[in-house]
Amino acid sequence: MNLSLELMLQLCIILPLITTLGIVATGRNQNLREGVTISAALLVFYFVINLYHGLQQGKHINVHWGQIIPGMQLSFTIEALGMIFALIASFLWFITTIYSIGYMRSHHEKNQTRFYCCFAIAIGCVMGIAFADNLFTLFIFYEVLTLSTYPLVTHAGTEEAKKGGRIYLGILLSTSIAFFLLAIVSTWFIAGTVNFEPGGIFGPEPDIMIVSVLLVLFVFGIGKAAIMPFHRWLPAAMVAPTPVSSLLHAVAVVKAGVFTVLKVCVFIFGIDLLDKLPSTQFLLYLAGATVLLSSLVAMRQDNLKARLAYSTISQLGYITLGALLASSSGVIGSSMHIATHAFGKITLFFCAGAVLVAAHKSKISEMGGLGRQMPITMVAFFIASLSIIGVPPAGGTWSKWYLLLGTMETEQWILMAVLMISSLLNIVYLLPIPIRAFFPANKASIGDVQIKEAPLPSLIALCITCLMCVVLFVYPQPLYELATSIMETSGVVHGQ
Amino acid sequence: MLVHLPILQVIVPLMAAPACLILGRPRLVWLFSLITSGIAFLISVSLLRQVMSAGTISYVLGGWSAPWGIEYRIDELNAYLLLIISAISTVVLLAAQTSIKKEIPKDRHTLFYVLYLLSLAGMLGIVATGDAFNVFVFLEISSLSAYSLISLGKDRRSLWASYQYLIMGTIGATFILIGIGLMYQMTGTLNMEDLAVRLPEVTHTRTVFVAFAFFIVGVCLKLALFPLHMWLPNAYAYAPSIVTAFFAATSTKVAIYLLIRFTFSIFGISFSFTTLPLQTIFLTLGLLGIFVASIAAIYQKNVKHLLAYSSVAQVGYMIVGYSISTTTGLMATLLHLFNHALMKGALFLAVGAVMYRVGSTQLRDFQGLGHQMPITMAAIVVGGLSLIGVPLTVGFISKWYLLLAAIENGWWPIAILILLGSLLAIVYVWRIVEAAYFKEPLIDREPVKEAPLTFLLPVWVLVTANIYFGVDTRLSVQVAQAASQSLFGVSP
Repeated sequence: MNLSLELMLQLCIILPLITTLGIVATGRNQNLREGVTISAALLVFYFVINLYHGLQQGKHINVHWGQIIPGMQLSFTIEALGMIFALIASFLWFITTIYSIGYMRSHHEKNQTRFYCCFAIAIGCVMGIAFADNLFTLFIFYEVLTLSTYPLVTHAGTEEAKKGGRIYLGILLSTSIAFFLLAIVSTWFIAGTVNFEPGGIFGPEPDIMIVSVLLVLFVFGIGKAAIMPFHRWLPAAMVAPTPVSSLLHAVAVVKAGVFTVLKVCVFIFGIDLLDKLPSTQFLLYLAGATVLLSSLVAMRQDNLKARLAYSTISQLGYITLGALLASSSGVIGSSMHIATHAFGKITLFFCAGAVLVAAHKSKISEMGGLGRQMPITMVAFFIASLSIIGVPPAGGTWSKWYLLLGTMETEQWILMAVLMISSLLNIVYLLPIPIRAFFPANKASIGDVQIKEAPLPSLIALCITCLMCVVLFVYPQPLYELATSIMETSGVVHGQ
Repeated sequence: MLVHLPILQVIVPLMAAPACLILGRPRLVWLFSLITSGIAFLISVSLLRQVMSAGTISYVLGGWSAPWGIEYRIDELNAYLLLIISAISTVVLLAAQTSIKKEIPKDRHTLFYVLYLLSLAGMLGIVATGDAFNVFVFLEISSLSAYSLISLGKDRRSLWASYQYLIMGTIGATFILIGIGLMYQMTGTLNMEDLAVRLPEVTHTRTVFVAFAFFIVGVCLKLALFPLHMWLPNAYAYAPSIVTAFFAATSTKVAIYLLIRFTFSIFGISFSFTTLPLQTIFLTLGLLGIFVASIAAIYQKNVKHLLAYSSVAQVGYMIVGYSISTTTGLMATLLHLFNHALMKGALFLAVGAVMYRVGSTQLRDFQGLGHQMPITMAAIVVGGLSLIGVPLTVGFISKWYLLLAAIENGWWPIAILILLGSLLAIVYVWRIVEAAYFKEPLIDREPVKEAPLTFLLPVWVLVTANIYFGVDTRLSVQVAQAASQSLFGVSP
């Protein structure tokens, strides 16, 4: 195909949206419908890869969709950070669709057409967020993402789903309207622009107090980053079917949050300005507290998905923390962590879903001895856990390495200690699950021999993502290069 | 012909109203009313184009030149309002024939259209005229027909609601008349343009203060500013659905137009906002209105009541924008006039569709409608999102400008309060959504079908407009900006 890069970029956003029509049209035939989704996912991934090559060749792409309000343009561009996000999201859309085929069918979920539709819209929004060239564009897709995932969260339609959905929508919409929008309008008023620009947009001599408050508004307003005390929506959203939890709450939605935080820190404030703001230190400690507290809460959860949800909150805290460190290592670590955590956490969720489908178990205490029946799933769980903890041979090692380096560079010793302790806590709450599965405490609980591995599509999907965790350890160069080029394009001398 | 457009705008529906009586057959009358309203809409479009390209149009009635004769004066503000009113009226009329079949006895159908057109003519007249007394005359025409329209409701409580509105509305109209009378006494003129010239000479007198006070209170009664809104929820809830949709989208807007016209063009900004503490009063009442009415909306059991309280809250937003009294603030108000007409038109019309099928608008009767009337409910969801102010809907545009206006003035607490107010909107909108999608239908309610096309079409025209004008804001923003700048005397 000889499409221009500009067109490909637009197609990345539009194609998922158009796909919904195809999904609705083919809704009656399951195979055809899923075929449509998969081919769309592959196409989008192909486009993103092409854009990635374009970026590597140093091409500049700008697409304008016209103004909504005078001065407020809908415009898109490609840049390294967005590229990382887009690559992950489009790749994992494809993988998750494969996984969903196995999961949704064997779980006999209703309204699957609606499920695939909302999924596609959500991915379109993620692409819009990843490629957004200004805050305004980003905000629009951010809000639509919230709304399009609401039907996914409440998919079951039960009382519990309604309650979960209420918290989900309530927190995400409230924070974005009350803080994020206010911050954007204020930024527009103070700086006269909301474009993402290397080095920030507030100019050399901004009013430190006001900008400080703005930073707080941004960090709280981006509720998707789940900084405490606005994290409650994430565990609440776990009522959703597992494929939704995995893609949206380990990848798309939460990563849209931390991606926005990173983007705001680097391209709206600029790390030089960030360093001078009095509120940065406060927010750093808040992020540190989020990391630590949610790890502690995760330890007390017996429901596997809930434990993973709190683990996600903690890992998101890492990324926010890295972004606020205002050092290049911090930003590199954060952006790499977006990728490594995505693969690690999605594998964990896939495994949780596989256990639910195959063994009908959602409680950790019931999973002892499951390694016999579901060896592949549990091995994958083990490797992904290593990635989350940040030890070889998994990708998480590198991102945590750079985050630690960032805390040392900026001499934030307390935060360094927080990161180390939290990694230890990760071991405590993740590793016992696969270990108990293979070496149950009492032999009697080995139980049902009827249990087999999850359906093949699901198994393939979780193997691929697990493999990616290892690949990111062995071959992290492309990711690292993208991450470092964020800082280079932002005009800051790359200091080690 | 083109020269006479300002008067045709008013006279066409005014003359068409009695003509309905001659036609007699309900279906024919409906078609005739629809065409009349359509013509009014075309006239308003053409007027707006003329004004935007060539500036203010002055039309002297019967050739008697102002200030002796009656003058119709169309500037950006009037043309904008005329467009809103006639457009909403036309779209709403599309569904009228279907809707009133269920809600109004057959022998009163013709009467309904007569009153509807009279009310339309009255509102268009208030906006188009440049004569203060004429304002009062048209106000009475539109109000009297409004009282009768509301009393046509099927529910017997509509009589009480109509009576309540009659009393409050008459007090309001009387106050306005007293205000205008005192102005006439002091200046000897009724022409607005002329009043604006002569009033400054006598602003120090107590009579002018009294005139101003009477007029403002009268108008505030009409626009349902908290705490003078008591008539509105019942009137909207018990009126026939079509009437509610039409009035919710237009009637309070007309009153806000009067407020803007008299304070900005006639009394002048310095008198209204500097000599008198109008800014503080309106800001406080506007904010109180937003919160009290939004919270009241949350606790309503009837969806029409819920939306009616939400209307009171939305009026609060308009008043807050107005009280900021900068070009951006006024622009936010004018944008919200337009946008709110679209939202509430769509919402009330969709609720009308539910009324048509289910026969009730109680929240509990909405249970399960998400599956039984998916297209109508989708319209309510989009309308609700617009009410909340989600991006890509018109609600977002109004909120953006209102926020910007508050921040430009350095009113940070106000900006925060405005945003907190819209969080309340999430709560009351979501009560409808959750009832429709998450609850099983009541056992004693028969399953219903999707609303007929005659409903779906106008509802979705308005819903599409909600999205279209949320994405392509050139028309609304340009006109609102031009109107607001000309009111502030800034040359664009």
